[in-house]
Amino acid sequence: MARAASPARRAAFTALAWTLALLIFFPIAWTILTSFKTERDAIANPPVLVPLVGGADGRPPILAGEADDPAEDATGGPEAGARSPGGPFFRATLENYRVVQERSDYMRFLWNSVVIAGGSTLLGILVAVPAAWSMAFVPSRRTKDVLLWMLSTKMLPAVGVLYPIYLIATFRLPLGGGTFQLIDTKPFLVVILMLINLPIIVWMLYTYFREIPGEILEAARMDGASLRAEIVHVLTPMAVPGIASTVLLSFILAWNEAFWTLNLTAVDAAPLTAFIASYSSPEGLFFAKLSAASTMAIAPILVLGWFAQKQLVRGLTFGAVK
Amino acid sequence: MHRKHAFGAAATLAAGLSGPAFAQDGAATITVATVNNGDMVRMQGYTDRFTEETGIDVEWVTLEENVLRQRVTTDITTGGGQFDVMTIGMYEAPIWGAQGRLVPLDDLSEEYDVDDILQPMRAGLSADGTLYAAPFYGESSMIMYRTDLFDEAGIEMPEEPSWEFVADAARRLTDRGAEVNGICLRGKAGWGENMALLTTIANSFGARWVDEEWNSQAGSPEWLEAATFYNDLLADAGPPGAAGNGFNENLALFQQGRCAMWIDATVAASFVTDPESSEVADSVGFALAPDAGNGIRANWLWAWALAIPAGTDAEDAAKRFVEWATSRDYIEMVAEAEGWANVPPGARASLYETPEYRQIPFAEMTLRSIEAADPDSPTVDPVPYTGVQFMAIPEWQGIGTSAGQEFAAMLAGQQTPEEALAKVDAMLDEEMEAAGYR
Repeated sequence: MARAASPARRAAFTALAWTLALLIFFPIAWTILTSFKTERDAIANPPVLVPLVGGADGRPPILAGEADDPAEDATGGPEAGARSPGGPFFRATLENYRVVQERSDYMRFLWNSVVIAGGSTLLGILVAVPAAWSMAFVPSRRTKDVLLWMLSTKMLPAVGVLYPIYLIATFRLPLGGGTFQLIDTKPFLVVILMLINLPIIVWMLYTYFREIPGEILEAARMDGASLRAEIVHVLTPMAVPGIASTVLLSFILAWNEAFWTLNLTAVDAAPLTAFIASYSSPEGLFFAKLSAASTMAIAPILVLGWFAQKQLVRGLTFGAVK
Repeated sequence: MHRKHAFGAAATLAAGLSGPAFAQDGAATITVATVNNGDMVRMQGYTDRFTEETGIDVEWVTLEENVLRQRVTTDITTGGGQFDVMTIGMYEAPIWGAQGRLVPLDDLSEEYDVDDILQPMRAGLSADGTLYAAPFYGESSMIMYRTDLFDEAGIEMPEEPSWEFVADAARRLTDRGAEVNGICLRGKAGWGENMALLTTIANSFGARWVDEEWNSQAGSPEWLEAATFYNDLLADAGPPGAAGNGFNENLALFQQGRCAMWIDATVAASFVTDPESSEVADSVGFALAPDAGNGIRANWLWAWALAIPAGTDAEDAAKRFVEWATSRDYIEMVAEAEGWANVPPGARASLYETPEYRQIPFAEMTLRSIEAADPDSPTVDPVPYTGVQFMAIPEWQGIGTSAGQEFAAMLAGQQTPEEALAKVDAMLDEEMEAAGYR
């Protein structure tokens, strides 16, 4: 039964895997590619696909301010326009990144995203580990119901509770001569996003913990380990891959969350989702700039995902102790 | 001990996170919510000058139009007080004004010269004669057409064409082999997309949404004529997949030379004549939106305007900002720094008296288009609502969205104009009944 797959079969699977991967990655690749185009190349039809790095005479890519921007000589017909190389080629430019940098304070949005996603993940794990522990190792008759009930909170569309939460967020607490509102503060978003992701975190951790034989914990208890020691020194090390992938997933979910982070922020707590939303325009073609902003917003999480992919895949596919 | 440290650290972290949420009375900082349109982005660049002049700091919240609409609607209906100045459209201004949610702009300074604001803009941004939002820039719709293609075909576009002429020219200029469509029109579902255009077509054909008692008129012969005309025209002379095309899609098509005509917002004129983005920049002509001989042209009226939500902590500072941003001085400042082509159009009469501005090819047609629109009397037969391409009632967003889907399905060939109108008619009657208009 040792199933050594035939070469043809393996080739077919490899091709399939590549096709699927490319299909899934295509929108991201397209966004990144578009971010290096001029606005005119961005809407070109048929699309231009192959970037040419460096000017026509081997100079570095066109940066704004440098004289040789071909768009500037565009006085007349289509030939004189920005689309110089022809065919499927386009001249890569960093202009969009320059414009985006100039217009918005990227670092402020980035910092807010890091704090909100990091904070909500940390808080969520602190709440979810004990919750999942109790449900996995000392289940009661109603544990299944509790789990289902937790999940049911995800079944309501977020906008259904927008008004109540908004009213809470904008309630003016009298404080020290002024008033204090929760809205547009990072701690409030940390709590909201933690609550939104909590059911998923608890469910994931619960699944991992269930894989751990209860006897190991019992043995620790026999040896006189306190509850805290049991969770911190026995359970956690065994569940590290599971917890790690939960942390990553929670972080990614919080990073990408675009309903509450847009509706509950204005200036001080606005994260990268608001940064992207400020570049989308129904009246005007600014796809290249929007793509540059999007690339900047997803870059940190892409890098994080790249470095953590081993951990992520192991956690998601193998469970805790298999 | 450990635990204490942990709590201490958490408290410090929380304190560090929350800092600037305290609102002091008489704050010298205002928060302005706005959309990501060229003129608004440009305004942000001049904020420093405003701060220098007045000592008032400005924080910007820029969001995509639909996100912004949801955001400011939530804030204003809950009295959240997140924004001191909001960029709102001609749809929201009269509704929120009448509901007392906006600060009336009836005490603007003499230098501001409120009478200089174009009359249709003023009418559309007022409720019961009181101005509630100051127009930053305004637009109507008009025909943009390819002079080279018209010359080649020996067709001459009049300044005030009829629908008959436009339809005939569109069919003659359509060249499927060369991927040239006679006409590009909005088809994408949405109250601000296809419904804006279709409502103006219907207006010009003598149709109206409701009669004076708020009974739906979508079942009228005029509506059927308008919807059939639009459907047939796009089928014969429109681009493939027109049901998915909104402003941006048509803009891309026109800039790539795929449309002989395009009827859309006057602000598009500056995009299609810009050689950096348009391949047809030097061969674009302009004409008034068509009519069907009923004395009403198919052009809409819209403004992005600055309004101050009632209950803001910084009303005076907000008012100074609104005055500054919508003043003649602002226009002159931008003109001096970036040229007349870059000033916000469509708001002030004096702009169109400026000789330098009149030289811009689309300036005159923009003004004539705006002046041809009357938000108080948009239709041939009288209607109980304000608004040209929409009814300025809170229910319109929902009505327009569902109606837009029916008409998009019609364009996609999934139903006939009769079927689409029957559904819209029933839905509109139901909505009017449920909302208590009759």
